[in-house]
Amino acid sequence: MALLELRDIHKTYHLGGETIRALDGVSLDIDSGEFISIIGPSGSGKSTLMHILGCLDSPTSGTLRLDDTMIHDASSRQLASIRNKKIGFVFQFFNLLPKLTVRQNVELPMIYSGHSGKERRERAMTALRRVNMEDRSKHRPSQLSGGQQQRTAIARALVNDPRIIFADEPTGNLDSHTGELILEMFDQLHNEGRTVMLVTHDPEIAAVTPRRIEIRDGKIANEADPTLAGKAPRFEQITNSEAKPTT
Amino acid sequence: MTYFNLLILGFRETYEHWFRSVLTMLGVILGVASVVTMSAIVEGLEKAMRDNIIIYGGLNKVLIRDSDTPDYQAHIADTSPGKTLNDVYALKRGATLLSLVSPEMGHRARITYQRRSCYPSEFIGAWPVVLEMNRHTLQYGRFFTELDEREAKPVCVIGAHIRNRLFGDPESTDQEINPVGKIIHINRQPFTVIGMFTEYMTDAERKRREIERQKRNNRTGSKRHTGYRFRRNGFHHKNNVVYIPINTMWMRFKATSGADDTPEPNLTDIDIKVADLNYMEKALDQVRNILLHTHKGVEDFEFSTYASRIASAEKRIKNANLIGLIISALSLFVGGIGIMNIMLASINERIREIGTFKALGASNFSIFFQIMMESATLAIMGGLVGLPTSFGTIWLLTQLTPQQNVPIITPEALLIGLTFSVLTGIIAGLFPAYKASQLNPIQALRYE
Repeated sequence: MALLELRDIHKTYHLGGETIRALDGVSLDIDSGEFISIIGPSGSGKSTLMHILGCLDSPTSGTLRLDDTMIHDASSRQLASIRNKKIGFVFQFFNLLPKLTVRQNVELPMIYSGHSGKERRERAMTALRRVNMEDRSKHRPSQLSGGQQQRTAIARALVNDPRIIFADEPTGNLDSHTGELILEMFDQLHNEGRTVMLVTHDPEIAAVTPRRIEIRDGKIANEADPTLAGKAPRFEQITNSEAKPTT
Repeated sequence: MTYFNLLILGFRETYEHWFRSVLTMLGVILGVASVVTMSAIVEGLEKAMRDNIIIYGGLNKVLIRDSDTPDYQAHIADTSPGKTLNDVYALKRGATLLSLVSPEMGHRARITYQRRSCYPSEFIGAWPVVLEMNRHTLQYGRFFTELDEREAKPVCVIGAHIRNRLFGDPESTDQEINPVGKIIHINRQPFTVIGMFTEYMTDAERKRREIERQKRNNRTGSKRHTGYRFRRNGFHHKNNVVYIPINTMWMRFKATSGADDTPEPNLTDIDIKVADLNYMEKALDQVRNILLHTHKGVEDFEFSTYASRIASAEKRIKNANLIGLIISALSLFVGGIGIMNIMLASINERIREIGTFKALGASNFSIFFQIMMESATLAIMGGLVGLPTSFGTIWLLTQLTPQQNVPIITPEALLIGLTFSVLTGIIAGLFPAYKASQLNPIQALRYE
């Protein structure tokens, strides 16, 4: 059974009497452990698709299943719980809280899931270690470089051990070198068996992933066959020790 | 567990913007302080009122005063002789439920001694029983007796402040002057002072004088005497009296005012004391019956009991309390608006942050609770600071106007102040918290 299953998803907006079909009948299966990118120009509906997949938004029609939960008719409270436990988000602008330290930022999702203070600290440190940020745990986001901030955000997305990680233009706010290091980190997460979905407008970034879904005018325009596209990831050679941020 | 951590988050937020938070809290601080101060002032007023009743003779004292005759008696109103000593004798004989009857015949007076003069607050001719009726005690000399009364002797007993003003007060002359034996002039007629009442003062007044005396002793340099500023307080009236025998009053001051060349016999007041408070109504009925008899059926008198005065005074205090409470509630309300305003501004600048919270799995209620905690923190902290502040304002108040009605802070007032501040915080937080909780996560995340 697929991890995520979309059937005939429609999403329409009404703007000043005009009806905008952001998504127009999207059907999609995503299996556990996949590394996927959604690609498309701005306005194509890829962000809307990610929001619906990420349980931030609900479709106008169609069915959506994550694991064994039907999401399209879940309450906002259930959606919040699903976002908290099953989904990790990485944003273009990192969205870290400037007043909290790195560790406290990573602990945030566990506050909503109600973990104890000790467990929160331990798991946050584990996640930070995973992204090589444990020595910065007491810093504030403003004291970090962009790449470090994004790695903190990845640690925050990982900390509740989600079923799927969504990254919305994760390299959009980084220079190309740091961006590659971040993409490499996603690749490593994929190699560890995690399900990762990148949303981007940049075909070069999408090229990193074995499976690419192209969205155009609210429809899936072209899906590259995973078996054909499943070439070796680009960053195989770069080891962890070299993955030092340059910014 | 979750909510405790959200509380910490809310607390951290207020701490992070501590200057803004303190400014916001100021509204609540002043609001709570004014609520507590107001109720303390009213409490002080109430206590002063109760004390006053005891000073002037207690609950069972009743004043018989003139009143307008009812309309249906207008044609016979002139037949009533008014309040006279006849009434007093009749009451003494007939009103068995009374313990004391004391006639008072008042007059305006200017009192002079050498080149000093003063106006007493009360100049009355009375029977010796007035001593007991008005709860006076003598410091020097004696009160006038039946003999003085019968012979209409030109003797008087004066209050301590009359002595102070005519002969000098002990503080500025550094000696207690005993006025007994001195001859003073009341409306240009010589009277011998045969006694002086004790100087009545409140505990607060006594304390204040003690402090001033110490201050003076600590002063170096040449000796200066400033004396005490004259202050009106509950005892002002009682310290400024001059009593003479009623017959003396009648013969010397009322001789020309009556009709047919006879002195005017009318009394200004008849004070009575009811023996048993439980029989107050019955006693008053008795008095009414007797007086109707002597007044030829004309009802030209009324009773002023302390109970009725308490009722009217309490009504006034209640009104003052209500107005004060409304005013201080208004200032708390303004404080609440301040909180709401700052919370709205705060969530507006944190829309992205709230979007992030939601993406990380915060439910609407978590966001609501978190914002509520921020506003509640502001209000509760404001309240906690406001309570000591109220002690400060009350101290300031008593320094500016040392008066008899010392404000009294009650635990209830503190509790009410704190409760109000918490309520303010919760009510002020409701709307911003609801607004934040209902934010669309996608729009919030995209908000620039």
